[in-house]
Amino acid sequence: MNICVCIKQVPDTNEIKIDPVKHTLIRTGVPSIVNPFDTYAQEVGVRLKEKLGGRLVVITMGPPQAKEAIRSCLSVGADAGYLISGRKFGGSDTLATSYILSEAIKAVEEKEGVKFDLILCGKQAIDGDTAQVGPEIAEHLGIPQVTYALDIQEVDGDLQVKRECDAGYDIISVKLPAVVTVVKLPYEPRYPTYRTRKEARTKEIPVLAEADLTTIDLDRCGLGGSPTKVKSTYTPVREKTGMTIRGMGAEAAAAKLVELVHDAKIL
Amino acid sequence: MSNLGDYKNMWIFIETECGKAKNVGYELLNAAKPLAEQKGCELVAVVIGNNVEGVAKDAIAYGADSAIVVDGSEYEYYTTDAFTNAIVTLIEKHKPETLIIGATNNGRDMGPRVSCRIKTGLTADCTEIGIDEETGNMAWTRPTFGGNLMATIMCPDHRPQMGTVRPGVFKKGAYDESRTGKIIKEDVHVPEEDIRTSLVKRVQEVSEAVDLAEAEIIVSGGRGVGSADNFKILEELADVLGATIGCSRAVVDAGWKPQVFQVGQSGKTVAPKVYFAIGISGAIQHLTGISGSDTIIAINKDPEAPIFDVSDYGIVGNLNEVVPALTAAFKEMKEK
Repeated sequence: MNICVCIKQVPDTNEIKIDPVKHTLIRTGVPSIVNPFDTYAQEVGVRLKEKLGGRLVVITMGPPQAKEAIRSCLSVGADAGYLISGRKFGGSDTLATSYILSEAIKAVEEKEGVKFDLILCGKQAIDGDTAQVGPEIAEHLGIPQVTYALDIQEVDGDLQVKRECDAGYDIISVKLPAVVTVVKLPYEPRYPTYRTRKEARTKEIPVLAEADLTTIDLDRCGLGGSPTKVKSTYTPVREKTGMTIRGMGAEAAAAKLVELVHDAKIL
Repeated sequence: MSNLGDYKNMWIFIETECGKAKNVGYELLNAAKPLAEQKGCELVAVVIGNNVEGVAKDAIAYGADSAIVVDGSEYEYYTTDAFTNAIVTLIEKHKPETLIIGATNNGRDMGPRVSCRIKTGLTADCTEIGIDEETGNMAWTRPTFGGNLMATIMCPDHRPQMGTVRPGVFKKGAYDESRTGKIIKEDVHVPEEDIRTSLVKRVQEVSEAVDLAEAEIIVSGGRGVGSADNFKILEELADVLGATIGCSRAVVDAGWKPQVFQVGQSGKTVAPKVYFAIGISGAIQHLTGISGSDTIIAINKDPEAPIFDVSDYGIVGNLNEVVPALTAAFKEMKEK
């Protein structure tokens, strides 16, 4: 089974702080990581490859430093990685991004001499949180999708995907080729070893720019090719003047709280 | 693309499964009603499902001016292919100006598939919707960067303008049986072989759907609870209060609770009357999901925990002692 994993390098949103005066994001010093959901996509991909054979290729779109994200995937089982990077790709919304990635997938297939049976993505990136690029890639490529996967098994040439739903999960069978977006797995992604990390450091990561995606329509890329426009941004202000009970024993504190919420007719 | 002026009316997708509507569709009717009035357009419920004429009538009772219904056995359970095909067919025929979809897993599976096929813009997972005064475009507002930043997005040159909106952000309106409206039936069917996924089985992990979005009181636990077993002290409190149990992402990651209980940016958005945050430090991703709560009560041993910045009432203390004491105190209060 030949697999393409689409990943994104993101700022670790847990580390983002808000400037208390200017109410803007402080991005300096925030580490870049591989989007956590993408690390699950990569891990389940590697496990499928180990079981069924085939090739696993990672792609990402981003600036040159996004090569680091690819290197980190190469150190945990990916066979090859491509960076999709071009000036005309900047400022793309999800529709434009997914279009570029779908064109990149076709270009990578040609370069690698394989056809991908499975395209894996994380369910969403933790910076944009849209969960749109995966399904849109599937639509551009005209292939089926299963989103919110909790696990993936191969059964007689089809895939069976455990998909998160309201009260539990569904098992969905899907014909290949397909796109699957991954939420979480029953196991954690593997760690690199000294040897795999060293090998990943020396691997060449080809860059595909506008000219390398031979069938692409550049009018559908970047800001100009993006139907959605960001009008404004702001940081949410959370100001509540609550009261906190401290320095009391559990029973006294509990009694005090119950009295307070009772008097305020909250409960 | 064709003239933007050809596109009229505001559509709300009413998600159904096994013939039953999910609440979020009705919530969106209520949220969009003033916007449709402002635009002077019709608010249309789009119902796709199996035996869903009753749902269309309910949608009108909940505020829709009219409804479009696609009925068929292939819509008993959600599939990307059948639902995308149906909604795209309807959009091409009726040309809505706006389409709003509940940001459930299925809504967020279908939304991008539809917007991509139509080649229009879709704004995901909104928590506020409005109309831009200057242009009359929809202004879609959503949390991004894990809730650290809010962004308002517009889709000026493509129609329909599409957005998904989180369940639980808006409340349903009153059910008014006396309301009437036109119900248009559209015959859209998909050959079986064109549906490329199939449901093999459904596994219920919890006895009934955990309806956090609808809950009036939520008792939610975080990493501080310490173990799956220790959730029993939260359950005892929830029993006394008639509350629903929730949890933070850390608890799901630790495997103490299934994902369906998760509250926050990557879980459910909730808007209860009272939210108990027990052993939850209050990462911004969590706070984003609970900001619609009327009252937040926090219990945490760390007086510096960010949860105390947003809570209305808090107790600094050991939850293993405070929670059972609270359970006893609330029990006593109720018995009085």
